[in-house]
Amino acid sequence: MSMLMTTLMAILVLGSMALIFGAILGFASVKFHVEGDPLAEQVDAILPQTQCGQCGYPGCKPYAEAVANGEAINKCAPGGEDTIKKIADLMGVEPPPLDENHDTDNFPKVAFIIEEDCIGCTKCIQACPVDAILGTTKQMHTIIADECTGCDLCVEPCPVDCIVMIPIPKTPQNWQWDLNNIPVVQLD
Amino acid sequence: MGSIIERIKRGHFWTFHGGIHPPEQKFLTTDKPIRAVSIPDQLILPLQQHIGISADLQVNVGDKVLKGQPLTISTHPMAVPIHAPTSGTISAIKNAVIAHPSGLSELCLFITPDGKDKWRERQICTDVSKLTSNNLIDKISSAGISGMGGAGFPTQVKVSTREKIKFLIINAAECEPYITADDLLIREHSPSIIDGINILNTILSPEHILIGIEDNKPEAIKILKKLAANNKKIQVCVLPTKYPSGGEKQLIQLLTGQEVPAGVLPSSLGIVMQNIATCFAIADAVINDIPLIKRVVTVSGQALQKPQNVWSLLGTPVGYLLEQCGYPNKNKKHIIMGGPMMGYSLPTDQVPVVKTTNCILAPSEKEISSPYSTGTGEVECIRCGQCSDVCPAQLLPQELQWSAKAKDHQQLNKLNLFDCIECGACAYVCPSQIPLVNYYRISKSEIREQKQLDIKAEHAKVRFEARKERLARDKIAREEKQRIAAEARKARMNSGTTEAKSELSAVAQALARVKAKKAQTNVQTPANEEISSSNVAQKSQVAAAIARAKAKKLAAQKNITSEKTIPAGENIDTPKVVDDKKAKIAAAKDITFDDNPIHEKNEQVSITEQAVVDKKAKIAAAVAKAKARKLAEKADVKDVTVDDNPIHEKSEQVNNAEQVAIDKKAKIAAAVAKAKARKLAAQQAKSAANPSDEITNEQPKSESI
Repeated sequence: MSMLMTTLMAILVLGSMALIFGAILGFASVKFHVEGDPLAEQVDAILPQTQCGQCGYPGCKPYAEAVANGEAINKCAPGGEDTIKKIADLMGVEPPPLDENHDTDNFPKVAFIIEEDCIGCTKCIQACPVDAILGTTKQMHTIIADECTGCDLCVEPCPVDCIVMIPIPKTPQNWQWDLNNIPVVQLD
Repeated sequence: MGSIIERIKRGHFWTFHGGIHPPEQKFLTTDKPIRAVSIPDQLILPLQQHIGISADLQVNVGDKVLKGQPLTISTHPMAVPIHAPTSGTISAIKNAVIAHPSGLSELCLFITPDGKDKWRERQICTDVSKLTSNNLIDKISSAGISGMGGAGFPTQVKVSTREKIKFLIINAAECEPYITADDLLIREHSPSIIDGINILNTILSPEHILIGIEDNKPEAIKILKKLAANNKKIQVCVLPTKYPSGGEKQLIQLLTGQEVPAGVLPSSLGIVMQNIATCFAIADAVINDIPLIKRVVTVSGQALQKPQNVWSLLGTPVGYLLEQCGYPNKNKKHIIMGGPMMGYSLPTDQVPVVKTTNCILAPSEKEISSPYSTGTGEVECIRCGQCSDVCPAQLLPQELQWSAKAKDHQQLNKLNLFDCIECGACAYVCPSQIPLVNYYRISKSEIREQKQLDIKAEHAKVRFEARKERLARDKIAREEKQRIAAEARKARMNSGTTEAKSELSAVAQALARVKAKKAQTNVQTPANEEISSSNVAQKSQVAAAIARAKAKKLAAQKNITSEKTIPAGENIDTPKVVDDKKAKIAAAKDITFDDNPIHEKNEQVSITEQAVVDKKAKIAAAVAKAKARKLAEKADVKDVTVDDNPIHEKSEQVNNAEQVAIDKKAKIAAAVAKAKARKLAAQQAKSAANPSDEITNEQPKSESI
């Protein structure tokens, strides 16, 4: 009898403790709820924001949302391996190689309009995702180099092929200390 | 406050963490006077010789300049002008290798001296005490003075601080093991230096002036103490020799016991530091109206026969100075600009002396071996911890090294990488010979670049969002406008007037017409179906590409069997398609004709027409260029007229000749048009060119039939 009582007692005590703690935890999770950074936002922060659409989505944010919903993470050509690695770290997966369909050439570039050839058709202006092209109908257009993300989108629509992508030159200001790449010329 | 000065007066100083005692090599140059070297054949002046931005160019190639004439004008506080070091001609303005570890080129002025060394007009100031603080700052600014200790911070920015200054510290520590330039300057030009200190005193009015000097310069200390005796504000602080006591933060800590927090300028602590050579330059600029055009450079190293301090004009090529100091003519040169601890190897000896160059080192192979000839000899870190013992910034160099190798930027920031002053003490003591500072420099530049990219990405994002918003707004506005217009139209039609009725019936008629047309198109020849499908293809690039491939295949077949073709009536009627897809449609149409039954009678016509089609394809490729487009239009008109007329041998010949001429023109236009003709266009031109070649082959054949 006493044996049964003890067992019942133990179940009762432990059960009520579980209920109490459960209630406390449940209350705390509601009360101290932390609004976590949604995954898409975090992915968007990693993407290079060139808005180039090479991933097949109209801009970086849509691609970030797609990645959060299970899209492949290796479609960002401008970001290259670094971006893939960062997203892989974030998502906790192995970083896959860059999608084969994409150019691996992600050297930073800036668009340049050869102004004597420009006919002022405004097609590139409509294509530019960041409004970095200045000009109007039948007037020469020009690119605001500081705003250009080098996304390439203006090159295709140009009917006279007057837009070229120029690699951003290395200067002592943006130079990276790469001792193996210093053009050391030992003069005689 | 009082206690600091009392302590200094008693000769007691604070200390900083770590530091090293590299073997002293000052004896190579310390016993010889500063030598004046002759003017070299050419001076190379980089437009930017300091931290900040370069000033605006004021001269052109071919201009004659006088000594001391400003070559650039400063429009920005962080921009410092440069001046002609001697009279002569500007021979070139072009990119040349500058004194920078990257060995990259920047814009430089080349001056060919005329040997006269003729001054511009100068205004010698006889009484400095009459000048106000603003006058003095203006003079310093226009003389192009930037810090001469190594970093090259514009001096006028440093002295125009609004903070209340407690300590003006004059840095004469000169802790690098080879450099004696400041030592010699004090010994030979101490009165000027004191004048410079007095000018700074007028501008900043500090409570105390401290001259920090290491105890390995006894003669200089004696001279400074003698001169300082006249001025109660000035204290000469003799410090024990320890590298890197000449670092700004380290010297402040040594003299005042205060640590400068990360990311804070010393001026916010009420401290301004100036290099002793800068004081001399200030005195020269204010009193003698001599801008910063020359400086003392220690040319040292055991590879030299006559190591010595020299008065070098700015812009003198390093090679010229070395030659003057007896540098042997050998194949492999290892030249270091700056001291052995913080300097960097130069890519060529044509690099000029700039405002921040205090030393040129030509060590023998035994002294300092060239990293390019022997490699670094780096082995794995053994975690001895000596590097953190000597780090004057109290960092953890070994941890930094691992994170730098792993490119873990977050961890590097946590370990305060940016507090590293790159003094090289850690690399000096490292038993594994790890070039630690190089790793830090690489990481620093990566992090800096990443920061820039992040800022740019954020900016692009904002602009992209703004654009999207604008487009959405425009769309709504447009729809609203259309809706209002449609409503207005409806209201008008339903108004019941006779006009409205007639309009209504016109609409009904038009609708009926459209319906009838639709029904008609449904009962059409396969050829037309093909055409309509090619219209669809026009929209879909993929379909067009397939059609093109088919056309190519068919054309190849045609070539072998010389199959006869017939034109579809639509060919001539085809509306002129102006867009880039013309080639693709034309190619698609080609297939249509081949599918049709053959009529002997029309054969001649068919050939011409096929020529037209093929040529159209070709021209369409050229149409990618606007210039070729005009030509294509012309050609179209001509060919259509020919087709409408009965065909004669003769006219066909003419047509043929014309076509060749046009083809040629189009070809040239296409080729010449743009060097950067896109790959796509090139492909199109190629695929279109094939059929046109076949025509010329086919023409004689068909004539013989």
